[in-house]
Amino acid sequence: MWVPWHHWAVDASTPVDYIALTRAQYDELGYPPYLWAERPDTPPWTPLRAPMAESNVALIGSGGAYLSGQVAFHWNDDTGIRRIPTSEPATDIRVTHFAYDLVPAREDPNIVFPVDRLRELVDEGVIGGLAPTAIGCMGGIYSARRTVEELAPAIVAEVLAMRDAGEADVALLVPV
Amino acid sequence: MPTICLTAAYSITASVNPPRATFVDLPLGNTVGRPHDPEFQRDLLRRAFAAAEAMVQPGTITDLGVGWDGDGSWKRFASSTGVGSGDGGDDRRQRVDTPQYQYESDRLAAGG
Repeated sequence: MWVPWHHWAVDASTPVDYIALTRAQYDELGYPPYLWAERPDTPPWTPLRAPMAESNVALIGSGGAYLSGQVAFHWNDDTGIRRIPTSEPATDIRVTHFAYDLVPAREDPNIVFPVDRLRELVDEGVIGGLAPTAIGCMGGIYSARRTVEELAPAIVAEVLAMRDAGEADVALLVPV
Repeated sequence: MPTICLTAAYSITASVNPPRATFVDLPLGNTVGRPHDPEFQRDLLRRAFAAAEAMVQPGTITDLGVGWDGDGSWKRFASSTGVGSGDGGDDRRQRVDTPQYQYESDRLAAGG
């Protein structure tokens, strides 16, 4: 018997399958299937340059974080990035996004863009340091082509510049 | 440049297959936990970094064993919003191409 996807049993121990849910939602709306990005081949592997306790971490979050005073992201395939200083508390960090519940993250942006927590983990000695600039971007982009051709190269250029300046040894990616 | 991905969306991350990923069983938008729960958030990040250090295989997704206490009822909500849920169908927000500020004061601060 066919069961509407919104009546599926929920297993508390199994991750929510957002791909299956989106497929079912689009199908029910009569839309063609959403084309998720796929990479079936083995990803490239770059060893960690040092233990985490000796590594500077660059934070990159796609939850739509921007700093008050910066232009906010729009919701129609915004492939821009925002540079957010990490030395100050996250008081002036805002979030905007069309595809997740913004209420909790607007209470505390650290839950999608954990700059304060990373600074504390530097103090604890868990990580060696935090790159002075974090990168905010918009994870809701429907064009995989524009993500690959516009957003990804911009992030890579920023992170490699941080590496070359001795500011970052590893990138922490927090997608939303 | 080595990368560590911290994700709450297992299937989407598995599809794009990053070199090192860590998974938390939390709602989208709560990747690092609940607001104003710094110890939970720090614990989650400590686990992520420890897991990343231990990885040797490209394409690994390590489950950090982090979730909400309780019956997983948020998953019923996450799996039930939208079409057919009684609100008339498509629940996706309109994809406008003007900046979407959190506060009006942000728009003014940005000169908008």
